[in-house]
Amino acid sequence: MPTVSMTVNGKAVSAEVEERTLLVSFLRDSLGLTGTHVGCDTSQCGACVVHVNGDSVKSCTMLAVQAEGANVTTIEGLASGEELHPVQKAFREHHGLQCGFCTPGMVMSAVDLLQKKKSPSEAEIREWLEGNICRCTGYHNIVKAIQAAAGAM
Amino acid sequence: MGAQGIGARVPRVEDQRFLTGRGRYTDDINRPHQTYAWILRSPHAHARIRSIDTSAAKSAPGVVAVFTGADMEVGSLPCGWQVTSKDGTPMKEPPHPPLARDYVRHVGDQVAVVIAETKAQARDAAELIEVDYEVLPAAVSIQAALAPDAPKVHQDLPDNVCYDWELGDKAKTEEAFANARHVVKLDIVQNRLIPNAIEPRAAVGDYDSGTGKYTLYTTSQNPHVIRLLMGAFVLNIPENKLRVVAPDVGGGFGSKIYHYAEEAIVTWAAGKVNRPVKWTAERSESFVADAHGRDHVTHAELAIDADGKFLGLRVSTLANMGAYLSTFAPSIPTYLYGPLMAGVYATPAIYVEVKAVFTHTTPVDAYRGAGRPEATYLLERIVTKAAKQLGIDEVELRRKNMVQPDMFPYQTPVLLQYDVGDYPGTMDAAVKAADWYGFAQRRKESEARGKLRGIGMSTYVEACGLAPSAVVGQLGARAGLYESANVRVHPTGSVSVYTGLHSHGQGHETVLAQIVHEYLGVPIENVTVVHGDTDDGQFGMGTYGSRSAPVGTAALVKALEKVVNKAKKIAAHLMEASEADIELKDGNFVIAGTDKSLPFAQVALAAYVPHNYPITELEPGLEGQAFYDPMNFSYPNGCHICEVEVDPETGKVDVVAMTSVDDVGRVLNPLIVEGQTHGGLTQGIGQALLEQCVFDEDGQLVTGSFMDYCMPRADDVPSYNSSTMAVMGASNPLQVKGVGESGTIGATPAVINAVLDALAPLGVEDIQMPASPHRVWQAIQAAKTPMAAE
Ligand code: FES
Ligand code: FES
Repeated sequence: MPTVSMTVNGKAVSAEVEERTLLVSFLRDSLGLTGTHVGCDTSQCGACVVHVNGDSVKSCTMLAVQAEGANVTTIEGLASGEELHPVQKAFREHHGLQCGFCTPGMVMSAVDLLQKKKSPSEAEIREWLEGNICRCTGYHNIVKAIQAAAGAM
Repeated sequence: MGAQGIGARVPRVEDQRFLTGRGRYTDDINRPHQTYAWILRSPHAHARIRSIDTSAAKSAPGVVAVFTGADMEVGSLPCGWQVTSKDGTPMKEPPHPPLARDYVRHVGDQVAVVIAETKAQARDAAELIEVDYEVLPAAVSIQAALAPDAPKVHQDLPDNVCYDWELGDKAKTEEAFANARHVVKLDIVQNRLIPNAIEPRAAVGDYDSGTGKYTLYTTSQNPHVIRLLMGAFVLNIPENKLRVVAPDVGGGFGSKIYHYAEEAIVTWAAGKVNRPVKWTAERSESFVADAHGRDHVTHAELAIDADGKFLGLRVSTLANMGAYLSTFAPSIPTYLYGPLMAGVYATPAIYVEVKAVFTHTTPVDAYRGAGRPEATYLLERIVTKAAKQLGIDEVELRRKNMVQPDMFPYQTPVLLQYDVGDYPGTMDAAVKAADWYGFAQRRKESEARGKLRGIGMSTYVEACGLAPSAVVGQLGARAGLYESANVRVHPTGSVSVYTGLHSHGQGHETVLAQIVHEYLGVPIENVTVVHGDTDDGQFGMGTYGSRSAPVGTAALVKALEKVVNKAKKIAAHLMEASEADIELKDGNFVIAGTDKSLPFAQVALAAYVPHNYPITELEPGLEGQAFYDPMNFSYPNGCHICEVEVDPETGKVDVVAMTSVDDVGRVLNPLIVEGQTHGGLTQGIGQALLEQCVFDEDGQLVTGSFMDYCMPRADDVPSYNSSTMAVMGASNPLQVKGVGESGTIGATPAVINAVLDALAPLGVEDIQMPASPHRVWQAIQAAKTPMAAE
């Protein structure tokens, strides 16, 4: 079995994995970072979104070995210490989550959007979230939260 | 209300863990020495199992055990509701083994389970199991199952009919039709939906051979119910030897109410292999193995007199049960459907008949709204159709026929007694909020852009707050539907609340803490709500049917009152005053008319350190427990208005505005009420425009992934204009009515009414759900060339 090494949430990690291991399984099973979720098996739902070298990526579409040497951030690594990231704060303030299962992927995806575009319009936010399915919130408050976070960042 | 009390817009206390990746869902749980289960499922909708050869799988790398139906001799998965047919016979209730015995009856039916050291090994080994199937023809649709020579879903059930049920006065309804000036007719298909909570189901079974105790961690909306059903009916394990834990659960919408085969399989297998067994569904499994929703075919007729008054309604429905009876399946198209046929109207005569049919498909059960969306869809479609047919303004037709505010309590002809409401008031509020009468101008603007614009309305009343036990008992429920709560005040005045409810997105940890704050003045940071573990808390029936607010909070209030009463006695003793003069205000006991006060925490301390204490009258400690069985259902109601734009070239429908005004009674936390509404509206729009479960004629699921089953995404829905009204008087202590399901009940007919309004100028009169671009385009083409539609 190959050994993969990468930086996850600022820490160097390395482990032996089967070649077929997905990045999401590596994070959840090898590293115990269970904040990243699996909601589908066809790369549609976005519950698994993390950042790889700063860009949002569905971690179920990537093998762990493909992330060799990469810098990975998961939902667990987003806040700085006790201080929540503005997107996390805005989701809380605007009730952008209910069951919380899509939330890590939504938040990581939203953070990437705001990295790429400072103040996206409602239509741009909705289009960006096309790859993240939420069954609970109806998206209304997620959109509001992202708009609010854009203002706060 | 204060900043944290009832009605305050308090951000949720549970969000911190969900936003930082510290939620703990079933698949996040790993037990020492855990094994992994992979379930081999039937690839056929109907087949006889001639033989199963598991020998190669058993010797594959990492395999611990392989079990088939022949190994798992346990009870049948039970059904929780008995419906009686017109002729007085009980419904047909065929056995539902967790692992199939002789026949498989739907694609995805469980055939065998492989238990191995890793999930990959279990999955690889499952491919080595040789099942010799005799593939048989399948009865996939309701109509196919009712055909004279239809394949039998259950061998001893010749006609595939589960029950043939009726409700209402048939003769009186016939008479109403005989006297009618107008009769409006409607045929509808309730499209079958797949609930698709974003967290797939999962279960971890554990067995402690030292104590003989089993533990099941599962994605459930009601762990106590699962313990009861699985322990008593399937595995024969007494409650004291079975712990069921439903930790954080990633959405349910009904689909996680039921006791599923996989829960029994992992629990039973954990005992057999004497190691923990974990199973997590892949999404493709969820599609075939989670109970589906809706799936009716209905013909309805409305009788109207010369003045536009409704005289009678008759409804004839065929309902698909799927291959087996899921836990609450029989009650959905009967008691959660027929009694809703009065809607907000004072229709004097109603008759409903429902035939439930087995088919070779995944079982069907409650999905958000459960029966009530089906009833409301039919009613609100036919009322709008009546208005168009009679040339009456549909707002006025509704108003004329509504139960008026001075008619409460109102006894409908179909079992329910509505307690309170202001249906015309709610409708008027929505008409105003949506600028209903300014629509013509907006239509013109759309037309200028080449779009067809339509507006549609729906009103509704639903019965929720399930449910008075005696009533549902008479109707066939095999369980009581009370709720319970225990409030434990700790020595320093912090509080734990134990509830039989379960939160899987609804925010109970926040809302119940707000209620504690309201009654005791304890800050919500010092209140913890404990739920989801049968060993750590309170027996209860769980969360579904919008019951947490009307039933669950009532139990909590009763428990809090017990705590307050006892605490007052202690305070009176400590303050040397008469108990009658003691009040609890903002966290302090005060003597009325004086400035003497004593903090709640000091009274709590005295209860646990009873040095100076009325020990001859009172026990030490401060804790209150209560069960609450409601006297009536609660009746949320409202009016939803939708505006759509249709592209006549492509048939694509855009929801451009969605207004909802819902009377949910007292609002406990507006943030959460709004969130529930938005989520429900989106699922309602999903049913109307996007979602449909499709099987091919062999019973293969065609829409078996998110690529084929169209879930509403962020760019499919608008931002919502939603608000609430509160007509007080619901028959529970906080006068709350429930909000969990209103969105899916009201939205769907409003959307389709809007689509038909948009298409009306082209001559389109009907469309079935989902009104996908393809269907809309076809309807437009057919209307253009009427002969082609024949
Ligand atoms: S789990 Fe990665 S997209 Fe669904
Ligand atoms: S919050 Fe439940 S799926 Fe989004």
